[in-house]
Amino acid sequence: MSNQGNIELLSATLAKAKSEDRAALVAYLPAGFPTVDGAIEAAKAIIAGGADVVEIGLPHSDPVLDGAVIQTADDIALRGGVKIADVLRTVRETFEATGVPILVMTYWNPIDRYGVERFTAELAAAGGAGCILPDLPVQESALWREHAAEHGLATVFVVAPSSRDERLATITAAGSGFVYAASLMGVTGTRESVGNEAQELVRRTRTTTELPVCVGLGVSNAVQAKQVAGFADGVIVGSAFVKLLLDAPDEQAGLAAVRALAGELAEGVRRS
Amino acid sequence: MSTSSFFIPDPEGHVPNTEGYFGDFGGKFIPEALVAAVDEVAVEYEKAKGDPAFAAELNELMVNYTGRPSALTEVPRFAEHAGGARIFLKREDLNHTGSHKINNVLGQALLTKRMGKTRVIAETGAGQHGVATATACALFGLDCTIYMGEIDTQRQALNVARMRMLGAEVIAVKSGSRTLKDAINEAFRDWVANVEETHYLFGTVAGPHPFPAMVRDFHRVIGVEARRQILERAGRLPDAVAACVGGGSNAIGLFHAFIPDADVRLVGFEPAGHGVETGEHAATLTAGEPGILHGSRSYVLQDEEGQITEPYSISAGLDYPGIGPEHSYLKDTGRGEYRAVTDDAAMQALRLLSRTEGIIPAIESAHALAGALDLGKELGKDGLIVVNLSGRGDKDMDTAARYFGLYDGTDENGTEGENK
Repeated sequence: MSNQGNIELLSATLAKAKSEDRAALVAYLPAGFPTVDGAIEAAKAIIAGGADVVEIGLPHSDPVLDGAVIQTADDIALRGGVKIADVLRTVRETFEATGVPILVMTYWNPIDRYGVERFTAELAAAGGAGCILPDLPVQESALWREHAAEHGLATVFVVAPSSRDERLATITAAGSGFVYAASLMGVTGTRESVGNEAQELVRRTRTTTELPVCVGLGVSNAVQAKQVAGFADGVIVGSAFVKLLLDAPDEQAGLAAVRALAGELAEGVRRS
Repeated sequence: MSTSSFFIPDPEGHVPNTEGYFGDFGGKFIPEALVAAVDEVAVEYEKAKGDPAFAAELNELMVNYTGRPSALTEVPRFAEHAGGARIFLKREDLNHTGSHKINNVLGQALLTKRMGKTRVIAETGAGQHGVATATACALFGLDCTIYMGEIDTQRQALNVARMRMLGAEVIAVKSGSRTLKDAINEAFRDWVANVEETHYLFGTVAGPHPFPAMVRDFHRVIGVEARRQILERAGRLPDAVAACVGGGSNAIGLFHAFIPDADVRLVGFEPAGHGVETGEHAATLTAGEPGILHGSRSYVLQDEEGQITEPYSISAGLDYPGIGPEHSYLKDTGRGEYRAVTDDAAMQALRLLSRTEGIIPAIESAHALAGALDLGKELGKDGLIVVNLSGRGDKDMDTAARYFGLYDGTDENGTEGENK
């Protein structure tokens, strides 16, 4: 294939963070929120603040794994008319401007409907590094993985505290790029604390794979980021950024706020 | 009828494969956090199917609590408007709580106890599944939370009061189209966060495997009884069995026992709302395309980019952009036929049955009645149809009163005394 995705850049980025004795900072933002261009600017601001990897959300009408903050942002994006072409443009422009690996995170139906072959080809051409598809379980994922691998895209699977050991092994054997460890049982959103479940899940996951393990769900500030960086290879933050954009009085204030938070989190993920 | 036959979990054929597929439809598209819980339901259900004590306990409840078997009522005055075909109604409206929903709820409530869980959540559209779930939770001493779209809490206010009277917490869901689809989204969010102690008592034959097959099995009694009853009463199998289809639970319950009877047509009636051509409808099999919603692959109403489109029906219980995967399979194999019925046709049928037979049906069931009027005309005088009267209409009296102007007596083509 002429256009290969950036799975190797993703792996190299996570390896570099590890060599610097820190966890990688992975940020999530939905495309099209508050506008398509506004989301691109926000992603660039977060990268300028210190994010190593960015996940661009492809908004869905029925985000069953998202809490109120991301539901609201998805809703604004969809009412603004965001399309898959806009999501791909967001990936391309953010990647071209920053050189940082960009993943897409979404639900399965939009990709199933758009066509797996078409989506993987276009995401790779846009410079994307892979996808996180939280409602596509490993046993339904063979077709996706075939096309993703062909186009040089990572398939990042989610593991949960409820995942049994034998299932963890199946999931991590099928995944690539990194493993997304859900810190708790629940939907996206900020939480007061990140529980012990996350550390135990990372420990169990590491017994099954050499892939980096990044922790998401509930992490919103530098103190939590530091705590998670103590046992994980990456810290994933989403709702905290989205909430700052939702609460900002204007776009410039929002960009300044997310850049500042990224900076604090980037400090937090350093282990020394 | 022997009580040992109320729970019939091992039908011939139409068993999904080990991944939960009926042909191309079904499967298990769920987040990792729910995999262990959904697998636990599947394992526990398999064990329960083989346990005579489970069948005995469920049968006892079906007889002495629900009131099974439900009656089969011939409706000749109604059938005069259907070209003279004979029409029988399977009276699921006479079950305790007023609809077919109790069949599935009692089965899953027993399963909840077997799994040692203490809390139940459920979605509801018209409120019938919510009322049935709240009823079972009261009976078994389980905590109960019901998610209901905000629009539905308004148009089915009576059922909200019933659920609260029974001790359930009712949460009005304000996201999306604020109807059944969004209530299911919110119930899934609750389940992910509280799965340790909570069972999601799913109310229709959709969702991830094993729900489509399990909920179907608990409702299969409808068709098994109806088949036996119509043979006794009419001396032959019907030409068609008919039911309304939202998610499809009452329809599959009636259809399933007739699937091996190749000469019996299985006809489902979907909500056409203001008309399929207007775009304001919930006719998933008529106008949808295969996709993934709420954990399985089936027909869904969606746009070209896979966003689920907002459905519309006057009937809260049918106002859903998805459909159970077994119905999608029946459609694609041609064994099932699916047609769409407008709000207006359903409301006229609701009034017609009320005034010709003294039975006020739910608006959901009225879609099947309206469809049966046309089906009867097509079949002619020798036709024989069994219609599933899936629920009673008490909950819909406010909607009907506004529709027909009953509060101020401005009903344009019918007043008191017009029972002809």
